Amino acid sequence: MGVIVRIPTVLRRLTGGREELEASGSTVGEVFAELGKEHQEFLARITTESGQLRPFLNVFVNGEDIRFAQELETPVRDGDEVSIIPSIAGGR
Amino acid sequence: MSACLEETLRCRLCGTEVPAGPVHVCGECFGPLEVVYDEEAISRVVTRELIESRPPTMWRYRELLPLSGEPRVGLSVGFTPLVPAPRLGKALGIRDLWIKNDAVNYPTLSFKDRVVAVAINRAFEFGLTAVGCASTGNLANAVAALAAEAGLPAWIFIPEDLEREKIVATAVYGARLVRIRGVYDDVNRLCAEVADRFGWGIVNVNLRPYYGEGSKTVGFEIVEQLGWRPPAQVVAPMAGGSLVTKLRKAFLELDKYGLAPGAAETRVFGAQAAGCAPIVEALHRGDAFVRPVRPNTIARSLAIGNPADGPFALQALRESGGWAEAVTDEEVVEGIRLLAEHEGIFTETAGGVTVAAARKLAAQGRFRDDGPTVLCITGNGLKTPDAVSGALELGAVIEPRLQLVAELVEAQEGVALAGR
Repeated sequence: MGVIVRIPTVLRRLTGGREELEASGSTVGEVFAELGKEHQEFLARITTESGQLRPFLNVFVNGEDIRFAQELETPVRDGDEVSIIPSIAGGR
Repeated sequence: MSACLEETLRCRLCGTEVPAGPVHVCGECFGPLEVVYDEEAISRVVTRELIESRPPTMWRYRELLPLSGEPRVGLSVGFTPLVPAPRLGKALGIRDLWIKNDAVNYPTLSFKDRVVAVAINRAFEFGLTAVGCASTGNLANAVAALAAEAGLPAWIFIPEDLEREKIVATAVYGARLVRIRGVYDDVNRLCAEVADRFGWGIVNVNLRPYYGEGSKTVGFEIVEQLGWRPPAQVVAPMAGGSLVTKLRKAFLELDKYGLAPGAAETRVFGAQAAGCAPIVEALHRGDAFVRPVRPNTIARSLAIGNPADGPFALQALRESGGWAEAVTDEEVVEGIRLLAEHEGIFTETAGGVTVAAARKLAAQGRFRDDGPTVLCITGNGLKTPDAVSGALELGAVIEPRLQLVAELVEAQEGVALAGR
Protein backbone atom coordinates (compact mmCIF):
# COMPACT_ATOMS: atom_id res chain seq x y z
CA MET A 1 0.00 0.00 0.00
CA GLY A 2 1.03 3.63 -0.49
CA VAL A 3 0.27 6.95 1.13
CA ILE A 4 -3.41 7.67 1.76
CA VAL A 5 -4.62 11.11 0.66
CA ARG A 6 -7.97 12.28 2.04
CA ILE A 7 -9.89 14.48 -0.38
CA PRO A 8 -12.26 17.16 0.96
CA THR A 9 -15.73 17.48 -0.57
CA VAL A 10 -14.91 20.60 -2.58
CA LEU A 11 -12.22 18.69 -4.48
CA ARG A 12 -14.02 15.40 -5.02
CA ARG A 13 -15.50 16.37 -8.36
CA LEU A 14 -11.90 16.35 -9.56
CA THR A 15 -11.24 12.86 -8.22
CA GLY A 16 -14.26 11.07 -9.62
CA GLY A 17 -16.09 11.50 -6.29
CA ARG A 18 -13.50 9.52 -4.35
CA GLU A 19 -12.90 10.44 -0.70
CA GLU A 20 -9.49 8.82 -0.51
CA LEU A 21 -6.76 8.22 -3.01
CA GLU A 22 -3.60 6.23 -2.66
CA ALA A 23 -0.25 6.95 -4.24
CA SER A 24 3.41 6.31 -3.73
CA GLY A 25 6.18 8.82 -3.25
CA SER A 26 8.80 9.80 -0.71
CA THR A 27 7.56 13.39 -0.18
CA VAL A 28 4.16 15.07 -0.13
CA GLY A 29 5.02 16.77 -3.42
CA GLU A 30 5.89 13.45 -5.06
CA VAL A 31 2.64 11.91 -3.88
CA PHE A 32 0.65 14.81 -5.32
CA ALA A 33 2.58 14.57 -8.60
CA GLU A 34 1.83 10.86 -8.76
CA LEU A 35 -1.89 11.52 -8.21
CA GLY A 36 -1.71 14.19 -10.90
CA LYS A 37 -0.90 11.56 -13.52
CA GLU A 38 -4.42 10.20 -13.24
CA HIS A 39 -6.17 13.32 -11.93
CA GLN A 40 -4.58 16.21 -13.80
CA GLU A 41 -7.26 18.72 -12.96
CA PHE A 42 -6.90 17.91 -9.27
CA LEU A 43 -3.18 18.63 -9.32
CA ALA A 44 -3.69 21.81 -11.35
CA ARG A 45 -6.26 23.01 -8.85
CA ILE A 46 -4.28 22.50 -5.65
CA THR A 47 -1.02 24.00 -6.92
CA THR A 48 -0.08 27.27 -8.57
CA GLU A 49 1.73 27.57 -11.90
CA SER A 50 5.06 27.72 -10.09
CA GLY A 51 4.32 24.42 -8.37
CA GLN A 52 3.58 25.86 -4.93
CA LEU A 53 0.51 24.91 -2.91
CA ARG A 54 -2.33 27.39 -3.27
CA PRO A 55 -2.78 29.92 -0.51
CA PHE A 56 -5.73 28.96 1.74
CA LEU A 57 -4.98 25.27 1.32
CA ASN A 58 -3.52 23.47 4.31
CA VAL A 59 -1.90 20.07 4.11
CA PHE A 60 -1.32 17.78 7.07
CA VAL A 61 0.69 14.56 7.32
CA ASN A 62 -0.73 12.40 10.11
CA GLY A 63 -2.27 15.55 11.57
CA GLU A 64 0.91 17.64 11.39
CA ASP A 65 0.84 20.87 9.37
CA ILE A 66 3.51 20.62 6.64
CA ARG A 67 4.36 24.28 7.23
CA PHE A 68 6.00 23.10 10.46
CA ALA A 69 7.96 20.52 8.44
CA GLN A 70 9.35 20.95 4.95
CA GLU A 71 6.25 22.05 3.06
CA LEU A 72 5.90 19.93 -0.10
CA GLU A 73 9.33 18.40 0.60
CA THR A 74 8.00 16.86 3.81
CA PRO A 75 8.93 13.14 3.77
CA VAL A 76 6.18 10.51 3.83
CA ARG A 77 6.11 6.75 4.17
CA ASP A 78 3.68 4.07 3.08
CA GLY A 79 0.66 4.07 5.40
CA ASP A 80 0.92 7.80 6.21
CA GLU A 81 -2.28 9.83 5.93
CA VAL A 82 -2.25 13.13 4.09
CA SER A 83 -5.22 15.48 4.68
CA ILE A 84 -5.96 18.40 2.40
CA ILE A 85 -7.97 21.02 4.27
CA PRO A 86 -9.11 24.19 2.57
CA SER A 87 -9.48 27.53 4.27
CA ILE A 88 -9.32 26.74 7.98
CA ALA A 89 -6.50 29.20 8.14
CA GLY A 90 -5.62 31.33 5.24
CA GLY A 91 -2.33 31.93 3.71
CA ARG A 92 1.15 30.61 3.55
CA MET B 1 -38.31 40.22 8.28
CA SER B 2 -35.91 42.11 6.14
CA ALA B 3 -35.12 41.10 2.61
CA CYS B 4 -31.65 42.51 3.19
CA LEU B 5 -29.78 39.23 2.81
CA GLU B 6 -29.00 37.66 -0.56
CA GLU B 7 -29.27 33.88 -0.64
CA THR B 8 -25.77 33.51 -1.97
CA LEU B 9 -22.21 33.42 -0.66
CA ARG B 10 -19.31 35.09 -2.43
CA CYS B 11 -15.62 34.19 -2.39
CA ARG B 12 -13.54 36.88 -0.76
CA LEU B 13 -10.66 36.19 -3.11
CA CYS B 14 -12.02 35.39 -6.57
CA GLY B 15 -15.62 36.64 -6.31
CA THR B 16 -17.25 33.35 -7.35
CA GLU B 17 -20.83 33.12 -6.02
CA VAL B 18 -22.50 29.96 -4.75
CA PRO B 19 -25.97 29.33 -3.25
CA ALA B 20 -26.25 30.03 0.49
CA GLY B 21 -25.68 26.97 2.67
CA PRO B 22 -23.46 25.50 5.36
CA VAL B 23 -20.31 25.93 3.31
CA HIS B 24 -17.28 28.14 3.86
CA VAL B 25 -14.83 27.33 1.08
CA CYS B 26 -14.75 28.48 -2.51
CA GLY B 27 -14.61 25.45 -4.81
CA GLU B 28 -12.57 27.39 -7.34
CA CYS B 29 -9.72 28.91 -5.33
CA PHE B 30 -10.32 27.67 -1.72
CA GLY B 31 -10.73 31.20 -0.45
CA PRO B 32 -13.22 31.89 2.35
CA LEU B 33 -16.83 32.60 1.40
CA GLU B 34 -18.67 35.60 2.79
CA VAL B 35 -22.31 36.61 2.97
CA VAL B 36 -23.82 39.00 0.48
CA TYR B 37 -26.30 41.68 1.49
CA ASP B 38 -28.73 43.69 -0.57
CA GLU B 39 -27.05 47.02 0.13
CA GLU B 40 -29.77 49.07 -1.54
CA ALA B 41 -32.43 47.46 0.61
CA ILE B 42 -30.37 48.17 3.73
CA SER B 43 -29.90 51.82 2.72
CA ARG B 44 -33.65 52.19 2.24
CA VAL B 45 -34.69 50.55 5.50
CA VAL B 46 -32.10 51.16 8.21
CA THR B 47 -32.09 54.36 10.24
CA ARG B 48 -30.92 55.34 13.71
CA GLU B 49 -34.57 55.77 14.73
CA LEU B 50 -35.48 52.24 13.64
CA ILE B 51 -32.54 50.79 15.55
CA GLU B 52 -33.24 52.87 18.67
CA SER B 53 -36.91 51.81 18.65
CA ARG B 54 -35.95 48.17 19.25
CA PRO B 55 -35.05 46.29 22.45
CA PRO B 56 -31.43 46.64 23.66
CA THR B 57 -30.01 43.43 22.17
CA MET B 58 -27.77 42.64 19.22
CA TRP B 59 -30.88 42.02 17.11
CA ARG B 60 -31.62 45.74 16.90
CA TYR B 61 -29.14 45.66 13.98
CA ARG B 62 -30.91 42.70 12.36
CA GLU B 63 -30.82 44.05 8.79
CA LEU B 64 -27.01 44.04 9.05
CA LEU B 65 -26.94 40.39 10.20
CA PRO B 66 -27.15 37.34 7.93
CA LEU B 67 -30.52 35.77 8.77
CA SER B 68 -33.33 35.50 6.27
CA GLY B 69 -36.05 35.26 8.94
CA GLU B 70 -36.61 36.30 12.54
CA PRO B 71 -34.15 34.98 15.14
CA ARG B 72 -35.63 32.20 17.29
CA VAL B 73 -33.03 31.71 20.02
CA GLY B 74 -30.55 33.94 21.82
CA LEU B 75 -33.00 36.81 21.74
CA SER B 76 -31.35 38.57 24.70
CA VAL B 77 -27.76 38.44 23.50
CA GLY B 78 -25.69 41.60 23.25
CA PHE B 79 -26.01 45.27 24.05
CA THR B 80 -23.53 44.91 26.88
CA PRO B 81 -22.43 47.95 28.91
CA LEU B 82 -20.04 50.52 27.49
CA VAL B 83 -18.58 52.26 30.52
CA PRO B 84 -16.17 55.16 30.94
CA ALA B 85 -12.89 54.08 32.51
CA PRO B 86 -11.18 57.24 33.80
CA ARG B 87 -9.19 55.57 36.57
CA LEU B 88 -7.83 52.87 34.26
CA GLY B 89 -7.22 55.57 31.65
CA LYS B 90 -5.00 57.42 34.08
CA ALA B 91 -3.09 54.24 34.93
CA LEU B 92 -2.55 53.39 31.25
CA GLY B 93 -1.93 56.95 30.09
CA ILE B 94 -4.99 57.03 27.81
CA ARG B 95 -7.37 60.01 27.64
CA ASP B 96 -11.12 59.38 27.32
CA LEU B 97 -10.91 55.61 27.80
CA TRP B 98 -13.97 53.32 27.67
CA ILE B 99 -14.57 49.63 28.29
CA LYS B 100 -16.95 47.59 26.13
CA ASN B 101 -17.79 44.93 28.66
CA ASP B 102 -18.69 41.63 27.01
CA ALA B 103 -17.56 39.87 30.20
CA VAL B 104 -21.24 40.23 31.10
CA ASN B 105 -22.70 39.18 27.77
CA TYR B 106 -25.76 36.93 27.93
CA PRO B 107 -25.97 33.99 28.41
CA THR B 108 -22.36 32.71 28.81
CA LEU B 109 -20.31 35.79 29.70
CA SER B 110 -18.25 36.25 26.56
CA PHE B 111 -18.56 37.93 23.17
CA LYS B 112 -18.92 34.48 21.61
CA ASP B 113 -22.63 34.54 22.49
CA ARG B 114 -23.01 37.01 19.62
CA VAL B 115 -21.43 34.89 16.90
CA VAL B 116 -23.12 31.72 18.08
CA ALA B 117 -26.54 33.38 18.20
CA VAL B 118 -26.21 34.18 14.51
CA ALA B 119 -24.80 30.75 13.59
CA ILE B 120 -27.44 28.71 15.42
CA ASN B 121 -30.33 30.72 14.05
CA ARG B 122 -28.86 30.26 10.59
CA ALA B 123 -28.47 26.52 11.27
CA PHE B 124 -32.23 26.47 11.93
CA GLU B 125 -32.87 28.21 8.63
CA PHE B 126 -30.77 25.58 6.84
CA GLY B 127 -32.64 22.78 8.64
CA LEU B 128 -29.46 21.36 10.21
CA THR B 129 -30.05 18.76 12.91
CA ALA B 130 -26.84 19.16 14.92
CA VAL B 131 -24.32 21.89 15.61
CA GLY B 132 -20.81 21.94 16.98
CA CYS B 133 -17.55 23.82 17.22
CA ALA B 134 -13.82 23.69 17.74
CA SER B 135 -13.15 25.80 20.78
CA THR B 136 -10.67 27.15 23.29
CA GLY B 137 -13.53 27.36 25.81
CA ASN B 138 -15.67 30.47 25.46
CA LEU B 139 -17.08 29.32 22.15
CA ALA B 140 -17.80 25.89 23.64
CA ASN B 141 -19.79 27.50 26.46
CA ALA B 142 -21.81 29.62 24.04
CA VAL B 143 -22.55 26.80 21.57
CA ALA B 144 -23.55 24.43 24.37
CA ALA B 145 -25.90 26.95 26.00
CA LEU B 146 -27.56 28.26 22.85
CA ALA B 147 -27.89 24.75 21.36
CA ALA B 148 -29.63 23.71 24.58
CA GLU B 149 -32.06 26.61 24.18
CA ALA B 150 -32.57 25.60 20.54
CA GLY B 151 -33.06 21.93 21.42
CA LEU B 152 -30.26 20.88 19.06
CA PRO B 153 -27.54 18.38 19.92
CA ALA B 154 -24.13 20.04 20.16
CA TRP B 155 -20.87 18.25 19.40
CA ILE B 156 -18.09 20.24 20.98
CA PHE B 157 -14.41 19.65 20.42
CA ILE B 158 -11.84 21.20 22.76
CA PRO B 159 -8.20 20.66 23.70
CA GLU B 160 -8.09 18.04 26.45
CA ASP B 161 -6.45 20.29 29.06
CA LEU B 162 -8.62 23.42 28.95
CA GLU B 163 -9.38 25.31 32.16
CA ARG B 164 -11.73 23.23 34.30
CA GLU B 165 -14.23 26.09 34.62
CA LYS B 166 -14.69 26.17 30.86
CA ILE B 167 -15.09 22.40 30.60
CA VAL B 168 -17.72 22.30 33.36
CA ALA B 169 -19.54 25.29 31.88
CA THR B 170 -19.88 23.35 28.63
CA ALA B 171 -20.76 19.91 29.96
CA VAL B 172 -23.54 21.25 32.19
CA TYR B 173 -25.73 22.06 29.18
CA GLY B 174 -25.76 18.42 28.08
CA ALA B 175 -23.35 18.94 25.21
CA ARG B 176 -21.54 16.03 23.56
CA LEU B 177 -18.09 17.09 24.69
CA VAL B 178 -15.02 15.62 22.99
CA ARG B 179 -11.59 16.39 24.48
CA ILE B 180 -8.77 16.09 21.99
CA ARG B 181 -5.18 15.26 22.88
CA GLY B 182 -3.59 18.23 21.19
CA VAL B 183 -3.69 21.99 20.91
CA TYR B 184 -6.48 24.08 19.47
CA ASP B 185 -5.02 23.93 15.98
CA ASP B 186 -5.28 20.12 16.04
CA VAL B 187 -8.89 20.43 17.19
CA ASN B 188 -9.66 22.92 14.45
CA ARG B 189 -8.12 20.72 11.76
CA LEU B 190 -10.15 17.77 13.01
CA CYS B 191 -13.36 19.81 13.04
CA ALA B 192 -12.82 20.84 9.42
CA GLU B 193 -12.81 17.14 8.58
CA VAL B 194 -15.78 16.48 10.87
CA ALA B 195 -17.85 19.22 9.19
CA ASP B 196 -16.99 17.74 5.81
CA ARG B 197 -17.89 14.18 6.83
CA PHE B 198 -20.95 14.50 9.08
CA GLY B 199 -22.91 17.40 7.62
CA TRP B 200 -23.31 19.14 10.97
CA GLY B 201 -23.27 22.88 11.39
CA ILE B 202 -19.85 23.48 12.89
CA VAL B 203 -20.27 27.13 13.79
CA ASN B 204 -16.68 28.23 13.21
CA VAL B 205 -16.07 25.98 10.22
CA ASN B 206 -18.89 25.54 7.71
CA LEU B 207 -21.15 28.18 9.33
CA ARG B 208 -18.24 30.61 9.59
CA PRO B 209 -19.50 33.06 6.93
CA TYR B 210 -22.57 33.67 9.13
CA TYR B 211 -20.95 33.24 12.54
CA GLY B 212 -18.31 35.91 11.95
CA GLU B 213 -20.91 38.53 11.14
CA GLY B 214 -22.19 38.41 14.72
CA SER B 215 -18.98 40.11 15.85
CA LYS B 216 -19.93 43.26 13.97
CA THR B 217 -22.51 44.00 16.66
CA VAL B 218 -19.68 44.86 19.09
CA GLY B 219 -18.71 47.70 16.75
CA PHE B 220 -22.30 48.80 16.12
CA GLU B 221 -23.01 48.97 19.85
CA ILE B 222 -19.85 50.89 20.69
CA VAL B 223 -20.73 53.63 18.22
CA GLU B 224 -24.41 53.80 19.17
CA GLN B 225 -23.58 53.84 22.89
CA LEU B 226 -21.20 56.76 22.32
CA GLY B 227 -24.19 58.63 20.87
CA TRP B 228 -23.46 57.57 17.28
CA ARG B 229 -20.02 59.17 17.65
CA PRO B 230 -17.30 56.89 16.27
CA PRO B 231 -14.36 56.32 18.61
CA ALA B 232 -10.88 57.39 17.57
CA GLN B 233 -9.74 53.81 18.05
CA VAL B 234 -10.67 50.42 19.47
CA VAL B 235 -8.37 47.72 20.86
CA ALA B 236 -9.41 44.07 20.65
CA PRO B 237 -7.77 40.71 21.35
CA MET B 238 -6.83 38.49 18.41
CA ALA B 239 -7.05 34.70 18.33
CA GLY B 240 -8.34 33.61 14.91
CA GLY B 241 -8.35 37.30 13.95
CA SER B 242 -12.06 37.47 13.18
CA LEU B 243 -13.05 40.12 15.76
CA VAL B 244 -10.73 42.88 14.51
CA THR B 245 -11.75 42.06 10.93
CA LYS B 246 -15.44 42.38 11.77
CA LEU B 247 -14.98 45.51 13.92
CA ARG B 248 -13.46 47.16 10.86
CA LYS B 249 -16.36 45.92 8.73
CA ALA B 250 -18.88 47.27 11.28
CA PHE B 251 -17.32 50.74 11.21
CA LEU B 252 -17.28 50.76 7.40
CA GLU B 253 -20.96 49.74 7.29
CA LEU B 254 -22.03 52.38 9.82
CA ASP B 255 -20.32 54.97 7.66
CA LYS B 256 -21.62 53.60 4.36
CA TYR B 257 -25.25 53.47 5.52
CA GLY B 258 -25.10 56.97 6.99
CA LEU B 259 -25.64 55.82 10.58
CA ALA B 260 -22.35 57.26 11.81
CA PRO B 261 -20.51 59.38 9.27
CA GLY B 262 -16.77 59.23 9.84
CA ALA B 263 -16.87 55.76 11.41
CA ALA B 264 -14.62 54.51 8.61
CA GLU B 265 -11.84 56.59 10.22
CA THR B 266 -11.93 54.57 13.44
CA ARG B 267 -8.64 52.76 13.83
CA VAL B 268 -8.57 49.11 14.85
CA PHE B 269 -5.76 47.84 17.09
CA GLY B 270 -5.03 44.22 17.96
CA ALA B 271 -3.59 42.45 21.00
CA GLN B 272 -1.96 39.03 21.36
CA ALA B 273 0.03 37.17 23.98
CA ALA B 274 3.74 36.98 23.19
CA GLY B 275 3.56 33.18 23.51
CA CYS B 276 1.16 33.06 20.58
CA ALA B 277 1.44 36.15 18.42
CA PRO B 278 1.44 35.04 14.77
CA ILE B 279 -0.65 38.01 13.61
CA VAL B 280 1.42 40.61 15.49
CA GLU B 281 4.63 39.07 14.16
CA ALA B 282 3.36 39.11 10.56
CA LEU B 283 2.26 42.74 10.98
CA HIS B 284 5.65 43.76 12.35
CA ARG B 285 7.44 41.89 9.55
CA GLY B 286 5.26 43.60 6.96
CA ASP B 287 3.92 40.30 5.61
CA ALA B 288 0.51 39.79 4.03
CA PHE B 289 0.25 36.24 5.36
CA VAL B 290 0.68 34.71 8.78
CA ARG B 291 3.27 32.08 9.61
CA PRO B 292 1.79 29.53 12.03
CA VAL B 293 3.33 29.16 15.51
CA ARG B 294 3.05 26.67 18.35
CA PRO B 295 1.25 28.44 21.19
CA ASN B 296 2.70 28.75 24.69
CA THR B 297 0.77 31.22 26.85
CA ILE B 298 -1.61 31.36 29.83
CA ALA B 299 -4.05 33.18 27.54
CA ARG B 300 -5.62 29.92 26.43
CA SER B 301 -8.59 31.57 24.75
CA LEU B 302 -6.16 33.29 22.37
CA ALA B 303 -3.87 30.28 21.86
CA ILE B 304 -4.50 29.80 18.16
CA GLY B 305 -1.23 29.31 16.30
CA ASN B 306 -2.85 29.12 12.89
CA PRO B 307 -5.37 31.98 12.79
CA ALA B 308 -8.21 31.43 10.32
CA ASP B 309 -8.64 35.12 9.55
CA GLY B 310 -4.96 36.04 9.79
CA PRO B 311 -4.56 37.76 6.41
CA PHE B 312 -7.85 39.62 6.80
CA ALA B 313 -6.96 40.74 10.32
CA LEU B 314 -3.69 42.15 8.96
CA GLN B 315 -5.63 43.97 6.28
CA ALA B 316 -8.11 45.42 8.80
CA LEU B 317 -5.33 46.66 11.09
CA ARG B 318 -3.35 48.23 8.25
CA GLU B 319 -6.23 49.75 6.29
CA SER B 320 -7.74 51.36 9.37
CA GLY B 321 -4.40 52.87 10.37
CA GLY B 322 -4.12 50.69 13.47
CA TRP B 323 -1.35 48.52 14.83
CA ALA B 324 -0.95 45.51 17.14
CA GLU B 325 1.28 44.48 20.02
CA ALA B 326 2.04 41.34 22.00
CA VAL B 327 2.49 41.15 25.77
CA THR B 328 4.10 38.65 28.14
CA ASP B 329 2.14 36.39 30.48
CA GLU B 330 3.28 38.56 33.43
CA GLU B 331 1.83 41.60 31.69
CA VAL B 332 -1.41 39.66 31.08
CA VAL B 333 -1.83 39.10 34.83
CA GLU B 334 -1.01 42.77 35.45
CA GLY B 335 -3.59 43.77 32.85
CA ILE B 336 -6.29 41.70 34.56
CA ARG B 337 -5.46 43.29 37.91
CA LEU B 338 -5.30 46.84 36.54
CA LEU B 339 -8.80 46.53 35.07
CA ALA B 340 -10.20 44.94 38.21
CA GLU B 341 -8.56 47.36 40.67
CA HIS B 342 -9.33 50.51 38.70
CA GLU B 343 -12.74 49.82 37.18
CA GLY B 344 -14.23 46.91 39.11
CA ILE B 345 -14.33 44.61 36.09
CA PHE B 346 -12.93 41.08 36.33
CA THR B 347 -11.85 39.80 32.92
CA GLU B 348 -10.23 36.60 31.80
CA THR B 349 -6.75 36.30 30.34
CA ALA B 350 -7.78 37.65 26.90
CA GLY B 351 -8.91 40.85 28.61
CA GLY B 352 -5.59 41.07 30.41
CA VAL B 353 -3.88 40.82 27.03
CA THR B 354 -6.01 43.68 25.70
CA VAL B 355 -5.38 45.98 28.68
CA ALA B 356 -1.64 45.31 28.72
CA ALA B 357 -1.33 45.77 24.95
CA ALA B 358 -3.27 49.05 25.17
CA ARG B 359 -0.76 50.30 27.75
CA LYS B 360 2.09 49.36 25.41
CA LEU B 361 0.45 50.99 22.39
CA ALA B 362 -0.27 54.16 24.39
CA ALA B 363 3.35 54.33 25.53
CA GLN B 364 4.42 54.07 21.89
CA GLY B 365 2.22 57.09 21.12
CA ARG B 366 0.11 55.17 18.63
CA PHE B 367 -3.32 56.41 19.72
CA ARG B 368 -5.04 59.43 18.24
CA ASP B 369 -6.04 61.99 20.79
CA ASP B 370 -9.17 63.39 19.16
CA GLY B 371 -11.80 60.97 20.41
CA PRO B 372 -12.59 58.06 22.70
CA THR B 373 -10.45 54.92 22.94
CA VAL B 374 -12.45 51.73 23.55
CA LEU B 375 -11.03 48.47 24.89
CA CYS B 376 -13.04 45.39 23.92
CA ILE B 377 -13.19 43.14 26.98
CA THR B 378 -14.42 39.87 25.56
CA GLY B 379 -14.56 37.38 28.44
CA ASN B 380 -15.15 36.91 32.15
CA GLY B 381 -12.48 36.41 34.81
CA LEU B 382 -14.51 33.83 36.72
CA LYS B 383 -13.72 31.40 33.90
CA THR B 384 -9.93 31.60 34.39
CA PRO B 385 -9.38 32.31 38.12
CA ASP B 386 -6.18 30.27 38.27
CA ALA B 387 -4.48 32.72 35.93
CA VAL B 388 -4.43 35.36 38.66
CA SER B 389 -4.94 33.55 41.95
CA GLY B 390 -1.22 32.98 42.42
CA ALA B 391 -0.52 36.70 42.13
CA LEU B 392 -3.13 37.75 44.68
CA GLU B 393 -3.08 38.12 48.47
CA LEU B 394 -6.03 35.86 49.26
CA GLY B 395 -6.74 37.29 52.70
CA ALA B 396 -5.47 36.96 56.25
CA VAL B 397 -7.04 34.22 58.37
CA ILE B 398 -7.69 35.32 61.99
CA GLU B 399 -9.73 34.46 65.07
CA PRO B 400 -12.96 36.49 65.36
CA ARG B 401 -11.46 39.12 67.72
CA LEU B 402 -11.63 42.90 67.32
CA GLN B 403 -8.07 43.41 68.50
CA LEU B 404 -6.75 41.22 65.68
CA VAL B 405 -8.65 43.32 63.15
CA ALA B 406 -7.15 46.48 64.65
CA GLU B 407 -3.68 44.99 64.29
CA LEU B 408 -4.36 44.09 60.67
CA VAL B 409 -5.64 47.58 59.87
CA GLU B 410 -2.60 49.04 61.55
CA ALA B 411 -0.27 46.87 59.51
CA GLN B 412 -2.14 47.63 56.30
CA GLU B 413 -3.09 51.29 56.60
CA GLY B 414 -0.67 52.69 59.19
CA VAL B 415 -1.01 53.59 62.89
CA ALA B 416 -2.96 56.80 62.44
CA LEU B 417 -5.95 55.09 60.84
CA ALA B 418 -6.04 52.18 63.26
CA GLY B 419 -6.08 54.53 66.24
CA ARG B 420 -9.28 56.30 65.25
